Amino acid sequence: MTTQHIELTVNGQVREADVEPRLLLVHLLRDVFEMTGTHIGCDTSNCGACTVLVDGESAKSCTMLAVSAEGRSIKTIEGMADGATLHALQQAFWDQHGLQCGFCTPGMIMQASWLLARNPDPTDMEIREGIAGNLCRCTGYVNIVKAIEQAATELRAPASTDAPAEPAAAS
Amino acid sequence: MIPAQFDYVRPAAMHEALQILVDREGDAKILAGGYSLLPLLKLRLASPALLVDIRDIDGLDEIVETTDGLRIGSRSTHRSILENPVVVAGYPLLSDAAGGIGDPQVRNWGTIGGSCAHADPSSDWPAVLIATSASIVLRSTAGERTVPARSFFLDTFQTAIEPTELLTEVIIPRAPRPSGAAYAKLERRAGDFSTVGVAAQLSLGADGRIAAAGIGLTAVAEAPFAATAAEASLIGSEPNEAAFQAAGIAAAAESRPGSDSHGPAEYKRAMVKEMVVRALRSAAGRAQAQR
Ligand SMILES: Cc1cc2nc3c(=O)[nH]c(=O)nc-3n(C[C@H](O)[C@H](O)[C@H](O)COP(=O)(O)OP(=O)(O)OC[C@H]3O[C@@H](n4cnc5c(N)ncnc54)[C@H](O)[C@@H]3O)c2cc1C
Ligand code: FES
Ligand code: FES
Repeated sequence: MTTQHIELTVNGQVREADVEPRLLLVHLLRDVFEMTGTHIGCDTSNCGACTVLVDGESAKSCTMLAVSAEGRSIKTIEGMADGATLHALQQAFWDQHGLQCGFCTPGMIMQASWLLARNPDPTDMEIREGIAGNLCRCTGYVNIVKAIEQAATELRAPASTDAPAEPAAAS
Repeated sequence: MIPAQFDYVRPAAMHEALQILVDREGDAKILAGGYSLLPLLKLRLASPALLVDIRDIDGLDEIVETTDGLRIGSRSTHRSILENPVVVAGYPLLSDAAGGIGDPQVRNWGTIGGSCAHADPSSDWPAVLIATSASIVLRSTAGERTVPARSFFLDTFQTAIEPTELLTEVIIPRAPRPSGAAYAKLERRAGDFSTVGVAAQLSLGADGRIAAAGIGLTAVAEAPFAATAAEASLIGSEPNEAAFQAAGIAAAAESRPGSDSHGPAEYKRAMVKEMVVRALRSAAGRAQAQR
């Protein structure tokens, strides 16, 4: 078994590993770097649960080899919050009940972050098309769309350090 | 699932990649976006000994308009084609098709070259390249050759490409004006492969009648193909509903769909007729707008 040495950036940190060429990026993240926020939901590259950003472009991390990610910059769900402060998308998914079991959520949030970076003010239809590669078996998508709308509004607002006042987090 | 073991190389230059394909003929597979190859490797439906990643080879992702027409580098992603300003301005058929491929992640990474080389019988680009009578450029250590799209797609997952060849670009010739082209895709679920996909291109003569027609069909035969009887039926006709219906009927008769989870063959044949009519209507509307 031959391994190859790779170096890449994950959530802003340079990481290195010796990997078999057949190792998938999602397994590098989960099994080697022990960052289990990125989920695996299928064997067929259909579900999007494993979505991360690779050089800013959303990708299914089960459909990229770790060796192909060499030299690239990866962003995962673990890179979204700022310490204890949730990212606007994470907060919005909480506020709007954008998740039930939560299995699809990391991929959904990474895909939504890609969408909002390209289109800060998407229509309802553009949001639905933007998450067409991410399956959710629980929510029926309505609250996911609402959450992305909320986050879009917040992210568009002029930079302010005030925490979003309403609606109160339900717990 | 985890793929079987293989070796991996990422040559920095075209000539290196081509030499590897010769040295490891039969063992090596090119890796582009990976959105067809990796699912096969994961399911162990393919187990090449060596993957040759073409990510670092310069010049494979350019999209340029020349006197020959539009040249699209093989590593151009579906998204880069969708968003290319030249495509946006003048090639609505390509925009239609690219925007309907898979989902956003697939469009971010999947490439036109990978799509053509993989030759899934339901993939969208082959129908477009057939309708526009495009050519496909292949390079090996022995030099370059150009194969018409109409004779490139031989059978399910089989093309005219040799194991030592790399697909470098596709060339879509400029259609004589006024002309219009459109893609009509019927899909069962968002982001799915086509149940029926139709690419149609029409050029009108000075008398307003159809002077040239191209129709490429996908998902309704063992490989994407040109509906030549439907094309012939259109020549010399006014671009009207009767002509489109006749072409739809001819195309349905030419298709050879199988029954599968997308529906029975009979249904698909009926949908070929309908989708051909829709693609032609839209193509004719675009051609009229150029008059
Ligand atoms: C969920 C999902 C939905 C999809 N939906 C659609 C759809 O609706 N319509 C559609 O058309 N496609 C669809 N696809 C397929 C997608 O478009 C693929 O990206 C594309 O078919 C292959 O391109 P690639 O760059 O990913 O190729 P790869 O997977 O890297 O390679 C595919 C094959 O082509 C060969 N190859 C690649 N590049 C070259 C080259 N330059 N020269 C020679 N050989 C080469 C490889 O060796 C391999 O055999 C879908 C895929 C997924 C996962
Ligand atoms: S795990 Fe389902 S698409 Fe990656
Ligand atoms: S919340 Fe359960 S799959 Fe989306």
